[in-house]
Amino acid sequence: MTASRLPTGGRIDRSKPLSVTFDGRPIDAFAGDSLASALLANDEILVGRSFKYHRPRGVFSAGVEEPNALVHLRTGGRHEPNARATMVEAFDGLVANAQNAWPSVRLDVRAANQLLAPFIGAGFYYKTFIGPFRGTRFWMFCERFIRRAAGMGSPGTLEDPDRYETVNLFCDVLVVGGGPAGLSAALAAGRAGAQVVLVEQDAQLGGALLSAPIGDPSDAWLEAIRSELSAMSNVRVLTRATVFGAYDHDVYGVVERVWDHVAAAPEGQPRQRFAVVRTKRTVMATGAIERPLVFGGNDRPGVMLAGAVRSYVNRYAVLPGRHMVVATNNDSAYATARDLAAAGADVTLVDARQTVPDELASQSRAEGVDLRPGCAVLSAKGRGRVAGAVIAPVSEEGRATAPGKTIACDLIAVSGGWSPTLHLWSQRQQKPVFDAEKACFVPAGDTVPTMTCAGDARAAGGLATAIADGFAAGENAVIATGATNAAGHVPEAPEPWPGDDWTRGIAPLWTVTRADGKPAGKAFVDLQNDVTTSDIDLAHREGYQAVEHLKRYTTTGMATDQGKLSNVNALARMAQLRDAEIADVGTTTFRPPYTPITIGALAGNETGHHFRATRLTTIDEWHREHGAVMTEAGAWLRPWYYPEAGEDVRAAYVREAAHVRQHVGIVDVSTLGKIAVQGPDAAEFLNRIYINGWKTLPVGRLRYGVMLREDGFVFDDGATARLGEHDYFMSTTTANAAPVLAFAERLLQTAWTDLEVHVTSITDQWAAIAVAGPKARDLLATVVGDADLSREALPNNHFTHGRISGVEVRVHRMSYSGELAYEIYVPALFGRAVWEALIAAGGPFNLKPYGTEAMGALRVEKGHVAGPELEGRTTLNDLRLEGFASTKKPFVGSVLRNRPALTDADRPTLVGLEIDGEVGALPGSLLFAAAGPTEGRGEGWVSSTTYSPALGRNIAMGLLKNGPSRMGETVRVVDFVGDRTLKATVVSHHFFDPEGERQNA
Amino acid sequence: MSRYSAWSILAQGLRGNRGWRRAWREPDPKSAYDVVIVGGGGHGLATAYYLAKEHGLRNVAVVEKGWLGGGNTGRNTTIVRSNYMIEGNTRFYERSLKLWEGLSRDLNFNVMFSQRGQYTLSHSPAQMDAARRRANVMRANGIDAELLDREAVARHLPYVDTSASARFPVHGAVLQRRAGTARHDAVAWGFARGADRLGVDIIQQCEVVGFLHDGDRVVGVDTTRGPIRAGKVGIAVAGHTGHLAAKAGLRLPIETHLLQAFVSEPLKPMVDTVIAFGGAHFYISQSDKGGLVFGGDLDGYNSYAQRGGLPVVAHTMASAKALIPSISRLKVLRHWAGAMDMTMDGSPIIARTPIEGLYLNGGWCYGGFKATPASGWCFAWTIAKDAPHEDNAAFTLDRFERGVQIDEKGAGPYPQAH
Amino acid sequence: MLRIPCPICGLRDETEFSYGGDASVKRPAMAETDPKAWMDYVFYRGNPRGRHLEYWHHVQGCRQWLVVERDTVSHVISGCRLAREVSP
Repeated sequence: MTASRLPTGGRIDRSKPLSVTFDGRPIDAFAGDSLASALLANDEILVGRSFKYHRPRGVFSAGVEEPNALVHLRTGGRHEPNARATMVEAFDGLVANAQNAWPSVRLDVRAANQLLAPFIGAGFYYKTFIGPFRGTRFWMFCERFIRRAAGMGSPGTLEDPDRYETVNLFCDVLVVGGGPAGLSAALAAGRAGAQVVLVEQDAQLGGALLSAPIGDPSDAWLEAIRSELSAMSNVRVLTRATVFGAYDHDVYGVVERVWDHVAAAPEGQPRQRFAVVRTKRTVMATGAIERPLVFGGNDRPGVMLAGAVRSYVNRYAVLPGRHMVVATNNDSAYATARDLAAAGADVTLVDARQTVPDELASQSRAEGVDLRPGCAVLSAKGRGRVAGAVIAPVSEEGRATAPGKTIACDLIAVSGGWSPTLHLWSQRQQKPVFDAEKACFVPAGDTVPTMTCAGDARAAGGLATAIADGFAAGENAVIATGATNAAGHVPEAPEPWPGDDWTRGIAPLWTVTRADGKPAGKAFVDLQNDVTTSDIDLAHREGYQAVEHLKRYTTTGMATDQGKLSNVNALARMAQLRDAEIADVGTTTFRPPYTPITIGALAGNETGHHFRATRLTTIDEWHREHGAVMTEAGAWLRPWYYPEAGEDVRAAYVREAAHVRQHVGIVDVSTLGKIAVQGPDAAEFLNRIYINGWKTLPVGRLRYGVMLREDGFVFDDGATARLGEHDYFMSTTTANAAPVLAFAERLLQTAWTDLEVHVTSITDQWAAIAVAGPKARDLLATVVGDADLSREALPNNHFTHGRISGVEVRVHRMSYSGELAYEIYVPALFGRAVWEALIAAGGPFNLKPYGTEAMGALRVEKGHVAGPELEGRTTLNDLRLEGFASTKKPFVGSVLRNRPALTDADRPTLVGLEIDGEVGALPGSLLFAAAGPTEGRGEGWVSSTTYSPALGRNIAMGLLKNGPSRMGETVRVVDFVGDRTLKATVVSHHFFDPEGERQNA
Repeated sequence: MSRYSAWSILAQGLRGNRGWRRAWREPDPKSAYDVVIVGGGGHGLATAYYLAKEHGLRNVAVVEKGWLGGGNTGRNTTIVRSNYMIEGNTRFYERSLKLWEGLSRDLNFNVMFSQRGQYTLSHSPAQMDAARRRANVMRANGIDAELLDREAVARHLPYVDTSASARFPVHGAVLQRRAGTARHDAVAWGFARGADRLGVDIIQQCEVVGFLHDGDRVVGVDTTRGPIRAGKVGIAVAGHTGHLAAKAGLRLPIETHLLQAFVSEPLKPMVDTVIAFGGAHFYISQSDKGGLVFGGDLDGYNSYAQRGGLPVVAHTMASAKALIPSISRLKVLRHWAGAMDMTMDGSPIIARTPIEGLYLNGGWCYGGFKATPASGWCFAWTIAKDAPHEDNAAFTLDRFERGVQIDEKGAGPYPQAH
Repeated sequence: MLRIPCPICGLRDETEFSYGGDASVKRPAMAETDPKAWMDYVFYRGNPRGRHLEYWHHVQGCRQWLVVERDTVSHVISGCRLAREVSP
């Protein structure tokens, strides 16, 4: 037993033991523990396996940068792979399991990969698996094994039972990070009266202060600030929340883990909440992340970041070893050494600096620390875990100047310096610069003036400096937003400790090597992805020297920590090899999210049927109550067909369509787009936007119109009625309702500003019901009051006002089916009432509802174009609509529709097809001449098909090259994917009642 | 230059991997070349490679303002397919797919083209009809395509929500088995190494700031590393085509938009194919490293910024969850964006320009990666022969005037709609 | 996410708007019959890297077409007016 729980101290609650298991073994844990601290307290040192070589790995950090301790968390639908044990709060009932190992994390057979290490270094896969054969099969064979070996955690297969939500926040000042600088910034801004949002990823405010021993002077400081902030109603504190992305216009993405620290969220509560924050100013008090040291065997379980070790001792009361080596090149690790010694460990502190600050040296020695200046850890010894450290005196470049000596130890705590957390600051395309004195990248030259870094995030200095810096940043942010209250004085900082400034006197130490410049063993730069110094050397040798090439060739920085630990060390190694400065090598681009973010959280409420709103007509419930099978029509759901006993879609639509031609049918057409076009220039507007003329349409009449896009292709069609002198009612296809309105508004507001016209969507204001069939008039005559529907009073393409069941309606006489037909426009809320009145009155006339499939059959019989023909690539000529186009006026698209290729007579043009035989054609089949090979593009394609009950045969519409001149010709209809070829005769697309006698009845 | 093989890996491994040499040289620019290609992405490098390999033009330079493959080559979602329906596209993309199938051997560089298939899902009877048409055109042109029904999709892709109660219930799919994914960086590196071996100078950190003229003719480029004369200049800088072409006085039917892409944390195999959702613009695959790689809509406004916004992030995640409900608890690791040349019909340009000596390859919208080999192959042909190959004959600049819009979506002259 | 200062509605999220492309092109008069004029309006774009005048339509707000001045690299918006008040 080497790692253990301390009997006293820490910020855990020993009165609240929790039930936690890891790989089925019970783990003693307390409230306040992280999973990682609980694992360490139980001496669970080996907790993960690396990506490539499956080397044994232990907890390395105490924060978001953790590369090793990734586990499977929870089970069943709540299973989550790649959970960072350092960021998982222990909870009662926590079940965690090791991942990426078989049969177990302690004995993982894929560790054999290490034996192949000389052959599977960086980029080896680019050089092999090419195979002796043509094609890709050999690679794909090999790839199968690679894929199984790769990946980290296993994804779950069950639906996520938890809910998520999205909220919007607005503030004056956003403070990212609840450490000393962030708290001070929030305090200054809060006191000044600004609306402040303070976001902290930890469960507790305090940041680095939480790693100080209980009773440290900083405790009182923290408590005072916390209580002052909590009393401010204008300061909103989000803990367990991560600002994952900084976006344009000062918008930030935040995910708050509201109920992720318990086994399952309470009923109705979200597991996580996605907040979109819009702010005026932002203070980035994001702190800094400690860098590892690179030396042989630096990945062994028991090598940890010095700052993390301090957190485990002081915050979690865990002593992760008894015999410790602390290795550093800066002042910060002295605190770790001090606190470890105080906790009873024996500590050897090796500092690569030749001269160590006197105060620190004497203080450390006084506390019993064995301090060895000018030395570094050359390599870590041990198999499953650290058993010793080889320590040697080193030069400034990190080369051993004498043979190393092994000292036995069970923990090596390392500090290679710190890297300010500039991820969010950089995401808005700001480039940090390298500060050689502080050996880190720092923010410089804010190109986004609304965002400032404070404290450790800009390597400001020690604790007192960070507090003052944060406070000043908060004050400045407020000034910019116009708040006027005084922020008061900077809170007095707790008494400083001599080693608290890591920016002071650091001696860069990138790779510790033997005298010959080679590391003593495998020296890891990227722990998770198993990138070693020799991989970087190879990348350099092969010319992958640009920082992005280095990253992509070796995969350094591409692990789940996204280079938080590895990037600077990798850059430094490359800079050494290139004999360049780190500043000249540059950095890779920081991208969101700062830490991995749950996909479900970002999806928020947009899940299940809330993914995209489904539009329903006001008659929808009636359809469902009467057994309609519904189908998608754009965003709408519409009745597809109304099956009677035993009917499938084909039987139903054939019956429904035949019924319309024999009796009378009713269909819900509320989904049609409806636009009010009003104003003195309304007729002129219609004249421009439609291809046909509108100036002569009298009040009381309606007319079919076609409109083109600006490039001359057919856009949409529909009927428009003239309701009054300056008042038109336009209808569009269901799919184009919104685009047509937007287009009309664009024309009126950007180009035709002289026209006095207003367009308004009234799609949702009106339900529409079509009644079609020979008995339509007789039926309506019994239900429509206050109107004369007689043939003489209301001929085709006329409308009248009337009343059904007391509801004022407008009755348009127009036909899509080719039958005597009416469209009844009803105020939307009365849609169902009027529909039901019609159904009730329809009994004697044998009225039946029909769906979109029968509607399609009827329109194909008539040869009307619809969605499949209006597919965005067809012209008026293609669709045989050129006859509608006025030659007397310009209209939208009238010039560009005449471009040479669009007037080529050889273009596929609309025809009818009578299919031979009993089997119908399928839309999307291709058309070929009767003889010759069926390859290439064919001569056209089938757009719409149906069985025509009226004709008693299968028919289709299609576009055929030179179609109109080929009437009577036999063509082949080929469905390659259905492996069927049919013969068809080319006919007019006006299959049924071409003279239109029935609709004029 | 050492040849790559299992043997070379073995031999080098035993010698400490000290014998590997540079994958490509780092030459200084000469004062003149026969051809200068502007843009060291996949398309530019492929063009240089095929100029040297197929046309014997070896006095060629590729100039790149940053690092090789640093534009859209290195930031796309790596899907390779040839499921194009409109004349002009179909055969071109099939040529590309065929080149892909032999590319690793041709380049002696494993580009990891894995033909794991692509499922393009349909969610309504109308979408099924459109799918059938597309699949039929493919088959009639000798391209593999199958039309699957819902049951088959459910069997092949058990993690996809194929339930009838889904917001966009799956009706079926077009499956192209020969489609798949490749390793994007390897394509740039493989072409770079291949071109370099044939004598092409690849010059990084060399930005073109203008063109050299002799009368009306372009005779070279002015760069941050000095002027370089050239018999012919080819532009292959998709994403920045409009911006660069403007320096030569061309106004193009192109807007630059940004497209985002996403990768999840590494996971054990889950999505073993490529899936395109039809309920929203969304597509997903899984890399060999284990990350789910996915993308969605354009952000939808002109931008050269290479960084996207939150609305598309959120919408893409919602699409992901709608398609694969179990994805909800997985985590997204990184998201980024690329600048896309969006043309007015959604199809590319590989053509001579009205300016003598200047050739243009661009307008790839967001389908450029899969086109890389054929784009280079056809552009090389066009430059070498001063005339297009029949497979890129449709990709002219004047097609809009002529009324030929190669519009796969039927979306019209609205770049952000393609 | 862009935030657009609509002259009618105030500062609103990009998601309320739809994009309408280059606002520096001028729609020819209806009587214009030269295809070149129409080609320039419909197809050809300056596509600048930097300052860009562009249409946005406040579809989920006041439904006004706006002319926004925005930088295509920094995305900073420096102006927004009603399209009908901008002479095209």
